[in-house]
Amino acid sequence: MSKAISEQGAVGGKLANRIINILLVIGCLTIAFPLYMTVIIAFKQPSEMTNDVAGALAFPKSWSLSNFAEAMEVTDFWRSLGNSLLLTGATVVICILIHSMAGYLIGRKLAERKAFKAFYFYLISGMFVPFAVLMMPLVKQTAEIGIANRFGVIVLYVVFFMPMNVLLYSGYLTNIPKALDEASHVDGAGVWQTFWRIIFPNMKPMHATVAVLTAMSTWNDVMTPLVIMSGTDQNTLPLAQLNFQTQFGTNYNLAFASYLLALLPILIFYVICQKQIINGVVNGAVK
Amino acid sequence: MNKKNAWSKNEKVFLGLLIPILVLFFCFNTLPLIKGFYYGLTNFRGYGNYDFVGLRNFIEVFQDSRVGHSYLFTFKYAFVMTIAVNLISLVLALGLNSKIRGKNALRGAYFVPNILGGLVVGYIFSFIFTYILPAIGEAAGIEFLSNSILGSTKWAWVAIVIVGAWQGIAMNTIIYISGLQTVPEDVYEAGMLDGSTGWRKFKDITLPLIMPFITINLVLCMKNAMMVFDQIMALTKGGPSQSTESISYLIYNNGMSGGQFGFQSANAFIFFVVIVAISLFQTTVLGKKEEQL
Repeated sequence: MSKAISEQGAVGGKLANRIINILLVIGCLTIAFPLYMTVIIAFKQPSEMTNDVAGALAFPKSWSLSNFAEAMEVTDFWRSLGNSLLLTGATVVICILIHSMAGYLIGRKLAERKAFKAFYFYLISGMFVPFAVLMMPLVKQTAEIGIANRFGVIVLYVVFFMPMNVLLYSGYLTNIPKALDEASHVDGAGVWQTFWRIIFPNMKPMHATVAVLTAMSTWNDVMTPLVIMSGTDQNTLPLAQLNFQTQFGTNYNLAFASYLLALLPILIFYVICQKQIINGVVNGAVK
Repeated sequence: MNKKNAWSKNEKVFLGLLIPILVLFFCFNTLPLIKGFYYGLTNFRGYGNYDFVGLRNFIEVFQDSRVGHSYLFTFKYAFVMTIAVNLISLVLALGLNSKIRGKNALRGAYFVPNILGGLVVGYIFSFIFTYILPAIGEAAGIEFLSNSILGSTKWAWVAIVIVGAWQGIAMNTIIYISGLQTVPEDVYEAGMLDGSTGWRKFKDITLPLIMPFITINLVLCMKNAMMVFDQIMALTKGGPSQSTESISYLIYNNGMSGGQFGFQSANAFIFFVVIVAISLFQTTVLGKKEEQL
């Protein structure tokens, strides 16, 4: 009897899975369409953009790179890309170094000392503070001490991601036995050496998660560089799209070439490190 | 001296290394928060001299209709986003977790919107709303679609929900998938013997087991939606006639360049209190639900 039910379920299941499969593939079109449109328009000439939808979405007559060349010039692409890489790279490296240590220092003493527990909750509470709340005072503060520039943005990122990352690192610390610390101390190593030689390498899986989360948030962030770096003539990739919006005018082909250029680096990165990125995002959210 | 309370040398080193990090955090997180409250007590315009005005700004925030509208918009947006994104993500995750072909490729594809920047995605959708949809609407004779919804005070917020959801669904789906993978296969088999299939199976077995993941997703989605900024910057700049002004956007727009530095500082501080209240509410209410299981 039960066998019959499960067999019937399996046959019904097979058909159901087929239908699900087809629906999911169709659903992908909602993802693919905006990207397809971006590519198509980016390669076209303004004269090919007729007023009907078909004209805008049809393949270009010739696949020309001229829009990209012009977009690179208009948006100062290479310098914006360089800035984005600099901000993201520096932020990720500094976050991993400082936050892992903070996570270790707090996590190891969390259960033993009330003071460290208080520090823990103090840092974690920073997660409740949105950037928009701190924005205005931070603009004044960074200008006063002369860091209303790329350096200041990196400092702000390091502070802003600290609560989340310390939470992740101190949580991960439970996987690293205290016996390792003790053995290292017996060998005569201090806290500093113990951390860098023993603990830091053992935190490797969490470094990957933190790197992914930090890099994604930094790379796509608009608000921080927008308000902090507004006095400099430096742009990040997203910021360049915002600041040069007026120069695109009604030349959508130029604008879309620029958008595509802005999206490409992270798309390439995603194709290469898809597994690490998805794991990082899930780990960060679930832990 | 009480030996238990004395700090060992090891603990002092820990403290010594930690303090610089705590100071850095204080200077760029706690200090600006305090300063924000202080600016809120003044009539500072962002430049020049200013005077103390006491709690006047904090009272006026509650009377100001533009601030009121921005709160209404932000709550409406966050509420609709949270419901829509979580429903669609859960359905998608169930599909992507069933026995299908090309599972990994499909999962990879559905995650793509999440890695793209909100601003550029907003610009791309802006073109769809301004040109593609109206053209389709005209061709199909649907009057509702034949004008850009970005120009409508009544419907522009829907456009922002669509763009926000397009990106948000990717994130929540991947979290639901990892939740569904924690449900062991034999639980379903046991359920099948009891005759629970389809909707019953989902409601009685799957749903309770992935409750923690629902909590995470609701909190994450709500939090992100409350901060909405990039999409508004790209799609509407708060318009038409301020109908899509989020709290973040209002603070940025009027505080940074509108001469309302003091007033918007008060608004920002109240926004902070609101965020804390919502977060505490969510964790206690949803936390209780989890405990009951």
